[in-house]
Amino acid sequence: MGTVLCESCGKPLQQDEGETAFPDMRYDGVSRRSQTYSRTLVDKVWNFFSSVRNAVIMIIIVLIASAVGTVFPQEQYIPTLDPPEIYYEKAHGTLGKIYYQLGFHNLYTSWWYITLLLMIGISLVICSLDRVVPLYRALKKLPVKRHPSFLKGQQVYTQFEIDETEKERTLEQLEKGLKQKRYRVVREGNALVAEKGRFSRWGPYVNHIGLILVIIGVLMRLLPGFYLNDFVWVREGETKQVPGTPYYVKNVEFIEEYYEEEDLPEGVEVEGRVVKNYQTDAILYEQRVSDIPGAPPELVEVHRDQIRVNHPLKYKDLLLYQAERRINQLSALNLELIDNRTGESIGAFKLDLYNPPADIQLTDEITIQILEYYQDFEWTEDNQPRTKSPEPNNPAFVVSVISPQTPEGERSWIFLGSTLGSPDREPFFSYRFNKPDIVDSTGLMVRKEKSLPFIYFGSGVVMVGLIMGFYWQHRRIWIDLNHGPLQLAAHTNKNWYGLKREILQILKKMEIDVTIDQLSKGGKSK
Amino acid sequence: MIQLSSNLLLIAFILYMFGSIAFVISVTGRRWRNRAPEDHARRWGWIGFYLTLAGFFSQLGFIILRWMVSGHSPTSNMFEFMAFLGFTIILAFIVLYLIYRIPALGMFAVPVGMIMIAYASVFPKEIMPLIPALQSYWLYIHVTTAALGEGIFAIGFAAGLMYLIRTVDQTEQSSITWWKRKTTWLEFSISVVLMLVGFILMTTLFSTAGYEVTYQIPNEDGNVREMTYHLPSIAGPHNGQQMEVAFGPLFEAPEWMNGRKLNTMLWSILSGIVLYWLIRLLIRKRLSAAMKPWLNDLDPDVIDEISYRSIAIGFPIFTLGALIFAMIWAAEAWGRFWGWDPKEVWALITWLFYSAYLHLRLSRGWHGSKSAWMAVLGFVFVLFTLVFVNLVIAGLHSYAGV
Repeated sequence: MGTVLCESCGKPLQQDEGETAFPDMRYDGVSRRSQTYSRTLVDKVWNFFSSVRNAVIMIIIVLIASAVGTVFPQEQYIPTLDPPEIYYEKAHGTLGKIYYQLGFHNLYTSWWYITLLLMIGISLVICSLDRVVPLYRALKKLPVKRHPSFLKGQQVYTQFEIDETEKERTLEQLEKGLKQKRYRVVREGNALVAEKGRFSRWGPYVNHIGLILVIIGVLMRLLPGFYLNDFVWVREGETKQVPGTPYYVKNVEFIEEYYEEEDLPEGVEVEGRVVKNYQTDAILYEQRVSDIPGAPPELVEVHRDQIRVNHPLKYKDLLLYQAERRINQLSALNLELIDNRTGESIGAFKLDLYNPPADIQLTDEITIQILEYYQDFEWTEDNQPRTKSPEPNNPAFVVSVISPQTPEGERSWIFLGSTLGSPDREPFFSYRFNKPDIVDSTGLMVRKEKSLPFIYFGSGVVMVGLIMGFYWQHRRIWIDLNHGPLQLAAHTNKNWYGLKREILQILKKMEIDVTIDQLSKGGKSK
Repeated sequence: MIQLSSNLLLIAFILYMFGSIAFVISVTGRRWRNRAPEDHARRWGWIGFYLTLAGFFSQLGFIILRWMVSGHSPTSNMFEFMAFLGFTIILAFIVLYLIYRIPALGMFAVPVGMIMIAYASVFPKEIMPLIPALQSYWLYIHVTTAALGEGIFAIGFAAGLMYLIRTVDQTEQSSITWWKRKTTWLEFSISVVLMLVGFILMTTLFSTAGYEVTYQIPNEDGNVREMTYHLPSIAGPHNGQQMEVAFGPLFEAPEWMNGRKLNTMLWSILSGIVLYWLIRLLIRKRLSAAMKPWLNDLDPDVIDEISYRSIAIGFPIFTLGALIFAMIWAAEAWGRFWGWDPKEVWALITWLFYSAYLHLRLSRGWHGSKSAWMAVLGFVFVLFTLVFVNLVIAGLHSYAGV
């Protein structure tokens, strides 16, 4: 059931002799599972996924859906700080609102989009299985003698009279000519068959296996430990834990370079400043349990590298990418304590914004106590001081100076560039601001992508399959002298023009003049 | 050196033009000469081929010189990329011409390459040093491979268009609804090409004349932003205040649309339509009907095969360049191999479309005209990915806009 060509001689089955239309040569007429069974649910599912028509429909749906997803930015690419429920309507009007309400702002991670992709994956597997088995069966054997109607039915077919005495010589010449064109020739009496490039028929299946490997690689990222996506800010000089890993990273130095005139080729001018390099000189430590029992874990240096854009730090599975930077951020305030009576400086001190000191012993007699520290200072509604965030964006200190004159301490607020003392009495001390310490921070993207080699391997398989399938063709030529005139028929899975030209070249060497049009008079064409 | 390299590009463009003219003579001159038509076609075909080949080497010189001067492959901005795409189209044409030796192919394919180079010249031509994100050898590998694949697809497009012009029935009944007529869609396809030509003409014309209109646009925060138009404004920016006395605007762009981009698009469409009707009224017939006699001697099956062959050759290269190499570079540069950036999505869409084409053709027997329509549409996707996505949809790939 389902087989349309006799498997040994190629005679069309279920067809009258005289009919001109020839059945499909695909898989040489061998039946596929999907054409044979359609009773149970499994059969029906199998048949749905084995249909190329259905596969193409799914591809087109994914194509259209993907295009819709680019009409407005996806949620992750929203260019403003607005939350999505506000952004889409504000930036793109009613259409934007509908877009958001339909969930298109997260289209590529939506359940239906992923389902479609998986369905295409299933279709890849079933389409391939449904076809590769009959194809293998058909191509495994290469019968020399085919039924005359099989030969006449080929798209490339011609026949011409050969003198009885010339037959043997002609066949020999043909065989030689075909072998020169790298055909594998099998001869049986007065007939021969030539074949080349059969491996090209496996190209699509190799390519589909590759695609399946890529899909599996992508799905592997869902396994715990295969995929990590995090972010860490590290100040110069700071050592920080890499989130989700036992590693610590130290930012030794952050470098931002611009193109200078001497970097540029002659005659090239640049408007404004163009960045040449963002770079973090980093040291990676691993936290290891100390050999001495009870001792705290220690950090062991395992790797150092210069992290640049396009040049991530790689250590085992861990990848650190240069992603962002914060330049010239305050790291410490430098102050001097002034004696108001003399107007002279008593001493300089530093208020580190990240590790504020508790007490500063300025001289033998004078101590500065740090009572309060607000990294990101603001007043609450009921006039209480508080910090908005743990980042020192707007630092404020409450300090107290303990001295022989002020044994109880003289309190004062220290803000960025200003101070505020007690209003009750004239203060003994005031403060002078010197240039503060600044520091650069680097923003490092933390990634683990363990399935990446697998995905690359799958992509390599895809390429091998594509090259096999598209840069070679499977060509077969049948020549038969058993039925009177010399019959020549040929089949290829693609590039008919090339096949015809090849045949003409072989015939021309034998001084047989056939035109390309004469070759095209096979059963299928027009 | 920079001047020399620019001159080489200009020489290449002129040689391509002469090459195209030779191909036209080869095809149309068969009838109006007394000599043997086959000899005539072959001779002028080769003249066209060698002129194109000379242009190709001249453009190769441009690329090498520019690479030497700038220190990086000339594929780093819109000008360099579009010129390179023109280069790959010519390369693909040369290869396919050597296989099939059909002069008419040159008549269509070489001008497509020329349009890309002309389009490139609309963008700023200065050599720019590479920003950190582009400092990678993947810039050379990914961009050149992707462009090569797309260049080969362009030949598939040219041959598809030829097939349609050759086979679409020009005597179609006018009683058929207009949108069901194949001639309508064929004319539409041709006018889309003319829109690109119109855009190039308009931009070149007005930039040579130094045309400039500035708008001031108040922002939400009370600041004023400036926007400069280089084409007369049909559509002004939303709430924009024109600073000089000049033509327009006839209306304002919606708030969420960039007025200048909308205006540029309107100019392309309008100039394309004007150009189309100008030609049509001059020759008093459909453009496809006028071109059809040139192709009557060709075997449609051969053109069909050229179109398919180009796509079959281009598909693996496109897959490698635009998806696989793109993935590897994205993993190196951005820490993720795929991020649904609009450009990535459109590369995927193009790839899906061509894979649908190949499945329909190889598995469902879509030969001839169905296949040709798809080849034409496929290249529209390519152009959309390269031009529209870069200029209109912002994303990680956006270069400076016009």
